Amino acid sequence: MKSSLRIACSRSHLQEVRDFVRNYLNSRQLPEITINQVVLAIDEVVANFIIHANGEDETQFLDLELAFEKHELNVEIADNGDTIYLPGAHQSPDLRAYIKEGRKGGMGMALVNRLMDRVEFFTRGNHTVCHLSKHLA
Amino acid sequence: MKVTAQPSADTLTLLLDGELDASSAIVLDTELAKPDILNYRKVLIDCAKLSYISSAGLGVFISHLQRFQDANVKLVFFNMQEKVFNVFEILGLDALMTIVPSAAEAEAA
Repeated sequence: MKSSLRIACSRSHLQEVRDFVRNYLNSRQLPEITINQVVLAIDEVVANFIIHANGEDETQFLDLELAFEKHELNVEIADNGDTIYLPGAHQSPDLRAYIKEGRKGGMGMALVNRLMDRVEFFTRGNHTVCHLSKHLA
Repeated sequence: MKVTAQPSADTLTLLLDGELDASSAIVLDTELAKPDILNYRKVLIDCAKLSYISSAGLGVFISHLQRFQDANVKLVFFNMQEKVFNVFEILGLDALMTIVPSAAEAEAA
């Protein structure tokens, strides 16, 4: 079963994205913590696409597609902009240093990498695509 | 996301209600950035109705923690839902922040 959603590149749509993912996963009888972890990973990537790849330009849009293949959840997030956004390899954030510096960002992709089994960013034409997957029993 | 402030003597309790994400984190950031918050000895964060937190929400707490420590203001989280605590745990923030189960323990911390 596939399900898809298109949103404009605005932070105000993050709630809609989370509700969409929760609704999709709710039929699978998964633990609440597992659902929250998948919702969080997708929310983090979508927020990065909106803020960093598309500069919160509401004339741009993102497509999100969720699909199960047996017990594997596959997620595709693709944008429509012309700026290629390929985040580099993320090291474990030094949280003590972040606290000292009063730093707000820099943890999102570290979370995504810890929460999902596979995280890939690539280009399709001029657009950026992210594939996430996770085995969910 | 709604933030309700309940001041009492030397303690300020902030009740968080809703989902803390890259869109709503500014509401909490504005509250924690108020200069007079440093006049309290303790800031207690009641998380009973906090149903979601993303890295943007965690970032707000991290960005103010040193300022609080420098002013001897203790930041304590309590009533945290398991799925929200799990997000702190995944990054190891549970070891760097004070998170206790109940209001009574938060007041005693």
